[in-house]
Order: sequence, then C-alpha cells, then structure tokens
Amino acid sequence: MLAYIVRRLGLSALLLAVVVAATFMLHHALPGDPAAAVLGKQYTQEAAHEMRERLGLNDPIPTQFVRYVGRVASGDLGRSHVSNELVTEELKRALPATIELALTALLIATLVGVTLGVLTALRPRTWWDVAGLTAALAGVSLPIFWLGFLALQAFGESGVMADVLGVRGLPLGGRFSPAAYSLGQFVNETPAATGFFLWDTLFVAGDTQVFLHVLKHLFLPAIVLASVPMAVIARITRASMGDALLQDYVRTARAKGLRARTVVLKHALRNASIPIVTSIGTQLGYLIGGAVLTETIFQWPGMGTYVVDSIRALDVKPLQACVLVVAVGFVIVNLLVDISYAWLDPRVSTAGGAE
Amino acid sequence: MSRFTDWLWRFLRYHRPALVGTVLVMAVVLTAVVGPVVLSYEPDDVFSRFAETGSKHLLGTDSQGYDLLTRMVYGARTTLAIALVSMSMSLCLGSLIGAVSGFAGGKTDLLLMRGVDIAMSFPGFLLAMVAVAILGPKLENVIVAVGLVGAPMFARQVRAEVLRVGSAEYVTAARSQGFGPSRTLFLHVMPNSLSPIIVLGTLGMGSAILDVAGLAFLGLGGDPYRIPEWGLILTQGWDQRPDANLQVAVAGLAIFVTVLGFNLLGDGLKDELDPRTRRR
Repeated sequence: MLAYIVRRLGLSALLLAVVVAATFMLHHALPGDPAAAVLGKQYTQEAAHEMRERLGLNDPIPTQFVRYVGRVASGDLGRSHVSNELVTEELKRALPATIELALTALLIATLVGVTLGVLTALRPRTWWDVAGLTAALAGVSLPIFWLGFLALQAFGESGVMADVLGVRGLPLGGRFSPAAYSLGQFVNETPAATGFFLWDTLFVAGDTQVFLHVLKHLFLPAIVLASVPMAVIARITRASMGDALLQDYVRTARAKGLRARTVVLKHALRNASIPIVTSIGTQLGYLIGGAVLTETIFQWPGMGTYVVDSIRALDVKPLQACVLVVAVGFVIVNLLVDISYAWLDPRVSTAGGAE
Repeated sequence: MSRFTDWLWRFLRYHRPALVGTVLVMAVVLTAVVGPVVLSYEPDDVFSRFAETGSKHLLGTDSQGYDLLTRMVYGARTTLAIALVSMSMSLCLGSLIGAVSGFAGGKTDLLLMRGVDIAMSFPGFLLAMVAVAILGPKLENVIVAVGLVGAPMFARQVRAEVLRVGSAEYVTAARSQGFGPSRTLFLHVMPNSLSPIIVLGTLGMGSAILDVAGLAFLGLGGDPYRIPEWGLILTQGWDQRPDANLQVAVAGLAIFVTVLGFNLLGDGLKDELDPRTRRR
C-alpha cells in the first residue's frame, strides 16, 4: 500500500514539474511583449527597455527559469497587468467561488447519476433503461452554454416558468446580489470567513436568510454544470452495475435470502464502485473545463472567468497561476482517486507493487 | 459490398439508438451538401436586423441582418468541415504516436505514454484555450488546438490495438491454418484493430464540434468568417440578447442534435464492434 502511494506521489511530482516548466514557457510563448503589456499607454522604447531589464527579461533563459521556480515555490505569483493586483489576492476570491460551484455540481451529478445508473441497471432492457441511457447520451451531447441559456430562459427572473408558476425566477448571475448584501466586504472583514459563501453565511454569520440567497444564486449554475458529469456517471454506473448484478456472488447473496436492498447496495454496488469512482474523479477535470463556460454564462466570479479574462487580455501572470492551480488541484484529485482504489479493492495495491 | 450492406442493415435494425443517430447525422450532412441549392438567399444577403419569422424569413434574420436559416444551412458546412479536419488531425497524430509507441516499446514507449498520460490528466478544454491564446484567436488555430487536444486519446487506443492484435491468438491461428498474409491482414488484423478507431473517430466528431463551439463562445473562435460555424452564430446571438434569443436557440439546437447524432452512432458502433458487448 505504502509503496503504491509512494509511486503515485512520484508520478504526481513529475506532472507538477512538467506543468511548472510549461507555465514558464507560457511567458515566452504568448504573443506580445510583456514589457509593453505592463507599460500600456506609457510605452516608449526606453521605458520598454528599462522595464525588460527590471522584469529580468534580458537575463539568460535558465536564470529566468530558476528565478521563476523560486518565486512559485515561495508563493509569489506576481501581479496582474490589468488590475495591478497581486494574483494571489485575486485567486483567494476566485478559487473558493469555483470550488463551491464545482463541488456542488459534482455532488448533484454523483447523487443523481449513481441513482439513475442503479435504477436502470436493475431494469435492463425495459423502457426505463432505454429512457435513462438516451437521457444520459443527450446529457453529454448538450452544449453547456446552450443549456445555461435555456435554463435562464425557463427559470431565470421573468423566465417562462416564472410566468407560468407565478413565482419570482432565479437570479440571472453572480454569487449574490450586491444590491441586497455585501458579501465580498463581509469576507474581507471577517477573519473566520473562508470565501465559500454557503459555509460563511451558515456557519460564520449564521444567517439562514443570506444562506438561502446564496443558495438561490448557486442553484442554476450548479445544475447546468452538473449535466455532463451526471450523464457520464449514470452511464458508467449502469454498465458497471449491469456487470456486477450478473455475477455469481450476487446470485449467492440472493439465494442466501438477503434483502434485495442489501444485495444491491452492499454486494453489487461495492464491487461495481471502482469504475464509478474513477469516472467521478475524471469528471472533476471536465468540471474545470465546463466551469469556464458555465461561469461565463452566469457571470460567476471564479477561476473560469479569471482564465478567460486573462487570456483575452494576454495577462501572463494570472494565466500561469490558473494553470498551476488547476494542475495542483488535478494532482490532488488523482491521488485521492488512486488511493480510494486501493481502499475499495485491496488487490490494486498488491498488483501495483508486483508490476 | 453486399456483406457490408447486410451488416449495416442488421446493425441498424437491432440498434435503434444507432439508427436514430445515423438518421440525424445523415440529415445534417444532407443539409450541408444540398441545402444551399434549395435556399432562396445567399449567406451574405443583408436585410434588416431581427426581422420577424414568416414566409419571407422562415427563422427571421439574425443579429447582423442575415437570413438565419440560410446562415444555419451554410453554417452546417463550416461546422462539419471544421470538426472533420480537427478530428482527422487528432486521429493522424494520435495514431502516429500510438503506433510508434506500440511498435518501438521500451524507453520510447514509456516516454511517449508518460507524455500522453500527462496531456490527458489535464482538462482538455482548458488546454485548448491556452493553445489558442498562444497561437492567436484564429479559426485555423482553433482547429489545430482542438485537434491537438484530441490526439492523446487516439494514441492510447492505437497503442493498445497494436499490442493486442499483434499477439492475438486468432492471428496465429489464421496463419497456422495456412491463410496467406494478405487474408490474415485484411480479414483478421484490420477489422479488429480498426473498429475502436472508427468508434473514437465518430465520438470525436461530436466532441470536436462542442469544443470549437465552446471556444467560439469564449470569444476565442477567431475572426468571423464569411460563413461562421454554429458556435459563432450562437455567440453572436448571445451577445444580442434578448433580441436574438431565437438565434441562440436555433444554433444551440443544431449543435445539440448533430453531436447527439454522432454520439448515438458512435455508441451503437462501440456496442456492435466490441465483441465483448455484442449481442446475438
């Protein structure tokens, strides 16, 4: 088990090293002169030369690389050219927003997806099964920004459903309405606040009214973002459960007279869980890509909008930081998934060790 | 040929979802090929913006004053062409890497596959975004970025095929039965190594369309070409909400239906061509 984890750690370290090198190259690969970007309108030849000297762009590449690695290691990610703010400060705001959105989406996707998968697996080749699988395939075929548009048209303020049901629709965007609450200020001024608004409003401020307000804002983006992972998880669960239910041990368990629920949940689902956990893990990668689009539709001030803005402005430092943060997040998630295999199936760690 | 049509007939008859997928894909391809002949306008005929739907403009006019139906039909060509080029790029590049990796083995294999692992362990869409940022937001670059990002999946699959088929017992069995090398190659090796690639290629069309449209939505779709692909049409409508709501709805629906078609078809092919899941 230990050897297995150590080897996984080694692979993760390799991935991180590659990403650090890649982000360093990003600095030189992006079009445009970084010095000119910093100077903006104050651009003159001399100023640009001076700025290049100050930014260390005239040093040899290896020197620059060593300096870059040193800075990243010490947590210095530089400043944005556009806002002139520290990237770490901007990340502190954007990261919780995205994690909150992605985890909520993943929770919805897992609950609905696994349930749907198990239900369809229990009724193979029935109307249920076909409907479930078709819905799942439709789910992966949806352009997520179009789904967001439809959701807004239906459930947004003055949306179709709002007219029909006579209720006020859901908010069109943002994490909260600045007119009603100043949560950004609250987070800044409260040391205990985490930037995860669900947590902050419920546990730090203890205000259920604001909590519901935040939840309402989170609802549509989370559902939209959950659509694709939900479909994938449902399909994998269906396939994996379908196999497991045909196994001898399930027949034995049934023959022993165990309750149907115990057979399904304890015997079949546990054994079917490895592919399901893998798919949940890999979906996190999708969630980060999908978050970019979802956040753009719902004006969600997270990593997605941050990446898009920095790409549009060719703002190198935030872009480097975002790629690094995403990579680190990925490494952590992959590690957790790998370790969970070993826990779900003890054979993995021994088989891995013999390789 | 008749063996193929027999197979196709059986496949579509027993595979309802795949039949639906085939119909959808054929409909889109047909629209792209012959649609323009039926239309009464050219894609660059300009009218007043946001004209109502009616007999003059079946879907109204879009945010730039073009007839929306005309733009959509011509857009089908652009969309399919872009997806096909991107996907083919992924396929060629991926197959090359995978084949080299599988044949060479040893250190080359290890190195290439580590590279593939690393590329695949990073969100593809984000990778494509960064690639477009580096190359510049032009349509050609979007195609290249989406093609590059799709390649690792093909590489992994082709490598697995090379390793599997080369050592398969049925290849040895066919040879020992006295079949010539060409018969072994065409009837035993090729069909068994091609099918996963066909499946991936079909599914790859769908994801290429989605990725290109997604990049366009983020403003990375590049210069609005004379006839934009559907993602860009959608985005132009999105920027002019709520006047252009119909434009967003129609373009999104077209993307959805097309991608669904490719996915249904690819999924059916996977079931059919994979001996482990084949019914009958």
